[in-house]
Amino acid sequence: MSWLNNLRPRLKFLQKKDSPDNLWMKCRGCGQMIFQRDLAQNLHVCPQCDHHERIGPVDRFTQLFDGGTYRTIATPKVADDPLKFRDQKPYPARLKAARAATGDNEAFLVARGAIGGVDTVMGVQNFAYMGGSMGMGVGSAFVAGAREALKHGLPYVVCTASGGARMQEGLFSLMQMPRATVAIEELNEAGLPYVVVLTDPTTGGVTASYAMLGDIQISEPRALIGLAGQRVIEQTIREKLPEGFQRAEFLLEHGMIDKVVHRKDLAAVLGRLLGMMTGQVKDAA
Amino acid sequence: MAQPVIRELKLVSFLEFEKPIAALQERIDALEGSAEGSPVNIAAETRKLRKKVDSELARIYANLTPWQKAQVARHPNRPHFTDFAEALFTDFEPLAGDRYFAEDEAIMGGMARFNGRPVMIIGHEKGRDTAGRLKHNFGMGRPEGYRKAVRLMQMADRFGLPVLTFVDTAGAFPGIEAEERGAAEALAQGTAACLRLGVPMIATITGEGGSGGALALAAANRVLMLEHGFYAVISPEGCASILWRAAEKAENAAAAMRISAKELKELKLIDRIVGEPLGGAHRDRAAVFATLSDAIGDELASLEGLNADELRRQRREKFLAMAQAA
Ligand SMILES: [Zn+2]
Repeated sequence: MSWLNNLRPRLKFLQKKDSPDNLWMKCRGCGQMIFQRDLAQNLHVCPQCDHHERIGPVDRFTQLFDGGTYRTIATPKVADDPLKFRDQKPYPARLKAARAATGDNEAFLVARGAIGGVDTVMGVQNFAYMGGSMGMGVGSAFVAGAREALKHGLPYVVCTASGGARMQEGLFSLMQMPRATVAIEELNEAGLPYVVVLTDPTTGGVTASYAMLGDIQISEPRALIGLAGQRVIEQTIREKLPEGFQRAEFLLEHGMIDKVVHRKDLAAVLGRLLGMMTGQVKDAA
Repeated sequence: MAQPVIRELKLVSFLEFEKPIAALQERIDALEGSAEGSPVNIAAETRKLRKKVDSELARIYANLTPWQKAQVARHPNRPHFTDFAEALFTDFEPLAGDRYFAEDEAIMGGMARFNGRPVMIIGHEKGRDTAGRLKHNFGMGRPEGYRKAVRLMQMADRFGLPVLTFVDTAGAFPGIEAEERGAAEALAQGTAACLRLGVPMIATITGEGGSGGALALAAANRVLMLEHGFYAVISPEGCASILWRAAEKAENAAAAMRISAKELKELKLIDRIVGEPLGGAHRDRAAVFATLSDAIGDELASLEGLNADELRRQRREKFLAMAQAA
């Protein structure tokens, strides 16, 4: 019964996506109508304005792993609703909707494959799943990815995308920050690289923990990255925020990240860095 | 002329749900201020009223809703870091600065002696009066404050000083400059520094435990919480405005998020509840200082004799376990 329940909405979702009405989409960067297929062929980057559209774990894995080949790593199942949280919509109903829309159990997926020839574990957070919010499921998946890397002595690359903590899990969600931090410490101690790729948007508790603890911090262009939400800041200081505030380029300028890298170059940059971080020796060209 | 002003000031310290107590107190004040009636009768009457105040306080405080607890936790007369530093410790030497940018007085810290033993104490200070609140930025730390905390923790580790923290913040300060100077990174490093310590660490949520700004000083071997404190991933108002689209629903959000010490202890997210005197810590500071001092003393004794690796391992295991399996 449960698989049927899960399957039906997913099929509906796929049909809707493939219907002719949705063949075109409006670019969130320049507002122009773009053919969906052109966007997909261009790594979901707008051919007109270079806007990097948000993408999910499967697209990310396919783009970054050599030849688009990888093996997904199972992540632990956690209790769905530890607090029996009820706001205007019960939390289980929100989970059900997110699962139907994404086809995934949680907002963080882990896979293993090669990047530039370097065997690597990668975790990808999915903004389409409840805003990539971090609860026990995301925390457990993050830790599982780190442990997989630790077990096999591999680098861990994490692509973040999150609105922050999953409020419906109360303090459990906050405690995913120290959980993830412990997992990163273990990688550090084992001498294994931990590389963060910040994607749009990465805010709140995720930024205040694993998104800012990378050996190397890379961001996609124009990604929104910050601790506090822009509305909260505006209300606190009662001023308009400067243009480009909390964007990747702003963080680069302020010394908070190493590089802003275009999506078309991301796999190559990661491959080069991981190769050197893992001590691969290459013949001099 | 001056009289009504004084009465108004007295009433400020009563919270909305303490109205019955405010009324009783007003009658006590009136009786004591009146010249009529025999002093004996007045004394008897005020004694009776005081008894009633106590029973009302007991009734109200035994049934506080999570939202009411949040208001007690934020009570302006609640003891703050400076008060705990003075009452629980001797030889407190405040230490300043992050060595990179500035001194941030929202987070204070320094060496002190706890029952004679040298320790490092760190905590959020909200400030007492208007000038103090501005000086301490209402206890909302900027990146410098958290970087100072990291510096003090690392120093404590080198000199074998247990780290005792006192958490009382609405959260890290949300401002342009805080973001420019890497507020998120500063918090992340704070949490990481706690988890790295090879010395015992005990954190106490004394008032408000506001999200990542609280956690950065609270990833400790033991997390204690004063009975009427609260600890939450987002403020009840913030949660309400996002999920209910109405900040007025803070009461619902506070209940739904399970922010009280009792609930968090049941969920195994904190380690120990430290009881407060009747009517909250602000009504009898000496009592709360004594109880908290004993509780910290106990917990410190229980960590005594563990080596650095064991302290780190236990702390890590504790936080790693904070997820419920399906
Ligand atoms: Zn565009």
